[in-house]
Amino acid sequence: MNAIDFTSAGPLAAPFTDGQRDGVLRYQQCTACGGAQTLARYACQHCGERGTLHWRDAQGSATVRAVTVVARAPSEAFRALAPYTLVIVQLAEGPRLMGHANPGVRIGDQVQAGFFAHEGRTLVRFAPAS
Amino acid sequence: MNAALRPAYVRGAGGTSFGRHEGRSALDLMDAAAAQAIESAGLARHEIDGVLCGYATTLPHLMLSTLVCERLALRPRYAHGLQLGGASGAAMLMAARELVRSGRCRNVLVLGGENRLSGQSRDSSIQTLAQVGDADFEVPNGASVPAYYALMASEYMQRTGVTSADLAEFAVLMRANAAGHPDAHLRTPVTLQEVLASKPIASPLSLLDCCPISDGAMALVVSADPAAQGAVVMAGAGQAHRHQHLTAMEDVMQCGAGEAAQQAFEEARLGLGDVDYLGIYDSFTITLVMLLEEIGFAPRAGAAQRARAGDFAPTGPLPLNTHGGLLSFGHCGVAGGLAHTVEAWRQMTGQAGERQIQPPRRAFIHADGGVMSSHVSLILSRED
Repeated sequence: MNAIDFTSAGPLAAPFTDGQRDGVLRYQQCTACGGAQTLARYACQHCGERGTLHWRDAQGSATVRAVTVVARAPSEAFRALAPYTLVIVQLAEGPRLMGHANPGVRIGDQVQAGFFAHEGRTLVRFAPAS
Repeated sequence: MNAALRPAYVRGAGGTSFGRHEGRSALDLMDAAAAQAIESAGLARHEIDGVLCGYATTLPHLMLSTLVCERLALRPRYAHGLQLGGASGAAMLMAARELVRSGRCRNVLVLGGENRLSGQSRDSSIQTLAQVGDADFEVPNGASVPAYYALMASEYMQRTGVTSADLAEFAVLMRANAAGHPDAHLRTPVTLQEVLASKPIASPLSLLDCCPISDGAMALVVSADPAAQGAVVMAGAGQAHRHQHLTAMEDVMQCGAGEAAQQAFEEARLGLGDVDYLGIYDSFTITLVMLLEEIGFAPRAGAAQRARAGDFAPTGPLPLNTHGGLLSFGHCGVAGGLAHTVEAWRQMTGQAGERQIQPPRRAFIHADGGVMSSHVSLILSRED
């Protein structure tokens, strides 16, 4: 857990955080308009409907949109991992997600989600799709 | 019938030096900046009838604005704090303008300051700032503010062709400007090669692409009456808030900056070509490049070319952050974002001392909070 966790969405994001712990990526989809969305929200970013959002399992395939290699870790817990690669990907289902990635991945690469344990948490790591 | 809106002027400004102020608290620093601003406005304390105060990470008080009022012996009829990350300063100035325009207040003190460098450990500061990321989806990955901006930079650079050398131009320019300001945090000139060879932080950003963490404070007075030093009216303002978290930013080419700027220009009945001074938020070199290009002061991937041509230098047609910006004057949170307007006002009213350029007539100010999340644009216009 982070020392400062006051912005956690808690129950709102639980299907995502629980899923990640079990090795499944989840995203919100609206049953009214069918739109899929990034992060956890109370209403659909596409049609504005509230109470129509459901969590779906993603297959884990994605395209890399942004990539950085972090040399200066923000905390002791991550200093041991540095340098590490972070990416923002677009899942095949549409939503975007931040995660770790194998060294050397580039923007536009097709990747597949995998998982690793770090400091008692399960995090996602994207690797080139085979 | 609505009463006609009254004009709102920047009437005074003040601030401390930025850098390390060992042993001085957030309130110590705010006191010094406020005293200078009130004095430069030619006002007595009892004439301040509105106070807007930005948050301080080293003083997370429940009622910071009225705590400040008590300590500074102010008794306003209107006060509150404001939290909008790096855009807090510009947002408070916009709100102060509305308070004056509506007739609610005559003299609004806008204030920010903190001991962000000396009042906490670097790790603590970096972790506090990283919380602008999503606590469930982003922060647990070991992301930091530089990492968010680096991710954004990678996409922007890939799509536009902007290079690391392009970004470095702005680190060099901000340092050259800061070298001329006695209050700047970082004043030793740097070369393009030194920027490119500086320690990696989060690729493509290296150390000199990032602003420092500083102690300091800045304050301004927005008033129904112009300053004795010159009439600088707040002619236009605009905001846009499209996302909070980087992952939710829909389009790196349209993050909201252009929308905020357009509102400000429409309200001021002015266009890009009327502007002769820029005060643009520059937490990282990429911030500056993206804002200049999205707002339209340079074509896509063209900001560095304008910088190389000298267009943004103090001697050029569009001087940019002549105090040295966040990148070199320094960044202590809310005050860092206020410093761009303090400098614009000083330049417009001939009070910039050895840095004085041909006094600009129309300044465009822009700030972003979060990761290009909250955007505030302001237009200042000299009336004489």
